[in-house]
Amino acid sequence: MVAERVPEKVAGATRKLPWTNIRRIGAGLTTPLHPDDYLSLINPLWTARELRGRIEKVIPETDDAATIVIRPGWGWHYDHVPGQYVGIGIQVEGKFHWRSYSVSSPPKRTGRTIAITVRAMPEGFLSEHLVSGLEPGTILRLAAPNGDFVLPDPPPAKLFFLVGGSGITPVMSMLRTLDRRGTMPDVVLAYSSPTQDRMIFRDELQALQDKHEGLRLHEQYTDDDGILEMSDLDRVCPDWRERETYACGPAPMLDACEEHWEQADLEDHLHLERFSLDLGGDGAEGGTLTFTNSHKEIEVDGAKTVLEAGEEAGLGLPYGCRMGICHTCTLTLAEGTVRDLRNGDEYNGPNVSIQTCVTALAGDCTLDY
Amino acid sequence: MAIADVKEYTHLSPEEVEELGRELDQIRADIEESRNSDDAAYINRMITIQRRLATAGRITLFASKWKPAFFAGAAMLGVAKILENMEIGHNVMHGQWDWMNDPEIHSSTWDWDTAQPAEQWKHSHNYVHHQFTNVLGHDNDIGYGILRMAREQKWNVFNLGQPIYNALLASLFQWGVALHDLDIESIRKMEKDPEVMKKQLKQIGVKVRRQVGKDYIFFPLLTGPAAIQTAKANALANLTRNLWSYMIIFCGHFPDGALHFSEEEIEDETRAEWYLRQMLGSANFTGSRTLHIMSGNLGYQIEHHLFPDLPSNRYEEISNRVRPLCEKYGVPYTTGPLHRQYGQALRTIMKLSLPNKFTKPARHDSADSVEVPRGRKKDSERPTRRTETGTWTSRASA
Repeated sequence: MVAERVPEKVAGATRKLPWTNIRRIGAGLTTPLHPDDYLSLINPLWTARELRGRIEKVIPETDDAATIVIRPGWGWHYDHVPGQYVGIGIQVEGKFHWRSYSVSSPPKRTGRTIAITVRAMPEGFLSEHLVSGLEPGTILRLAAPNGDFVLPDPPPAKLFFLVGGSGITPVMSMLRTLDRRGTMPDVVLAYSSPTQDRMIFRDELQALQDKHEGLRLHEQYTDDDGILEMSDLDRVCPDWRERETYACGPAPMLDACEEHWEQADLEDHLHLERFSLDLGGDGAEGGTLTFTNSHKEIEVDGAKTVLEAGEEAGLGLPYGCRMGICHTCTLTLAEGTVRDLRNGDEYNGPNVSIQTCVTALAGDCTLDY
Repeated sequence: MAIADVKEYTHLSPEEVEELGRELDQIRADIEESRNSDDAAYINRMITIQRRLATAGRITLFASKWKPAFFAGAAMLGVAKILENMEIGHNVMHGQWDWMNDPEIHSSTWDWDTAQPAEQWKHSHNYVHHQFTNVLGHDNDIGYGILRMAREQKWNVFNLGQPIYNALLASLFQWGVALHDLDIESIRKMEKDPEVMKKQLKQIGVKVRRQVGKDYIFFPLLTGPAAIQTAKANALANLTRNLWSYMIIFCGHFPDGALHFSEEEIEDETRAEWYLRQMLGSANFTGSRTLHIMSGNLGYQIEHHLFPDLPSNRYEEISNRVRPLCEKYGVPYTTGPLHRQYGQALRTIMKLSLPNKFTKPARHDSADSVEVPRGRKKDSERPTRRTETGTWTSRASA
């Protein structure tokens, strides 16, 4: 949560980078810059100041989806858990835009690349850009893997994946890992896609099905068959009640799942991945927010983020992804307590960096801005 | 003459001033709308050139015992420092490049290659100077507490030494700037909040130690037998940067034609009146594209003061729209070649070292203005700040 832009700390966290100490000494020569600022002139990936990556390949999967293979730079650990997502920052018309995408490649400690698979959404200007507009060699920013849509280790004996469209990506990472480790349990995958052509990873999934006795694939082509209704579950996967279910797809589908599993009193066995910021926390108490430098004050409730409150007060606060990934919005909390709406963590001043886009007031607060 | 009301001075009606403000807002909106990958490429290119130049300079100085290498290395390093301070550091810290969302080129994270801590600069410059530009008693940059630069500033026998202080300030500019936000006068008068002072001194101490360590200990030692020569070359590079940035900065608000304002002007000042004050209080200079880049585009001081957080590479384009506006509204637009602008600033320094009765007021001065006492305003005594001048963290300042 606390934004750390100090490169030593980024690198030091791993204890794997042998160059960390040398670079720290080098900082005496390059101050106020960091040695990495000069090294990245030679190779843009030679910096741990901010996580970076270079696009190695763009592999078309369907007409409107592509897998993007990224070579991360210094400071990347290749230890994501299958199902997690990474933040991707891409400069379009000079401005970095941030989105998060599930990693579709399995984790590999000896790996050199990671892959994300992206479908161009009609309204998603960045996904469109990712699928069709990126040249290999493009440098992008990365945010460390995150997310708790992950399989426990060892995996449950009986699994049910309920997937719609590009929601396949985190599941693909899980399936590839289960395949690679030879730990594929009893798995049912119900996968909806508008047509056969638009079904991402169809060939690979069918190959996996042929290889693993325990894996059964149900393909639903919604243009012809209609969407998979919850009432169809008993037909598609009769023993769904006995399985740990992982669902990823469009919001209406996830809402329907949530309701259905709640009615069956099985919500503990349902795991969801939503691709929009879910500030589902209990909110905070709210209070008076004071901006010291601009002498502005505003009363806010506990559901509004600090960023939204600042904008309401007429301040042009910095922001980037607005979902807690990129840390562009980080400001200094001089006094008071804020709560992270994603997980309920609290941060107390003075002099604490907070991400304004995902925190709300727990009482009166003062910000240095 | 200190202007108490910009509308009255320019003979514009309140409606005309607001209309002018709207036209300037439109320029801002157009530029904000059109910022694109070319602009991003510009600042990235500038940063790359600057870092390569600094590297080349440092490497060349390994041969600094050989005279040509000494001067070539010092020159490259000097130019690199100038680019870093003026076109890159100053502008990044104004937030001119924050729109890119790039955490590595952002006002909140940038620190520059000079002794002043970035945080204190953002307070003394982005806030105090840019918001209260040329308002007597409010803008500490009218002479930086060292020189008497307006007739309204009270004369003291100390001012007789101005030509000497000026020469010292020019050659030690980075150290003068480093201490600027500290406000030594308030420390002397024991009015400074000790907490803030402690914090500021600590920031300055850390920064000075690093800067001095780099230029006068680590790099010289690294060059082995050439250590003394390298240290001298680094000093020469710093001196070059000091003299150059001093001169450029003195051309911003001290040439004839850049006007001063009294405290009445900023009471209930509208945004449009703030614009008008920026235009009346700033002075441009003319020159080649290279000259403008080497001076951080501060030759477009008027445009910079109107839009402190718009990308500097656009100021030329903006000036092509601001100038016609000035003609349309009959607002003076002060500009001239660099040598003339600096010459005027220098003349004012000399002239005002003497009491007013020994010198004739210039055309834009008036002898009967109120005297303004020395000393600074605290932030709590100032009006609400404007956000377009760039941000700063208040914890380090008064």
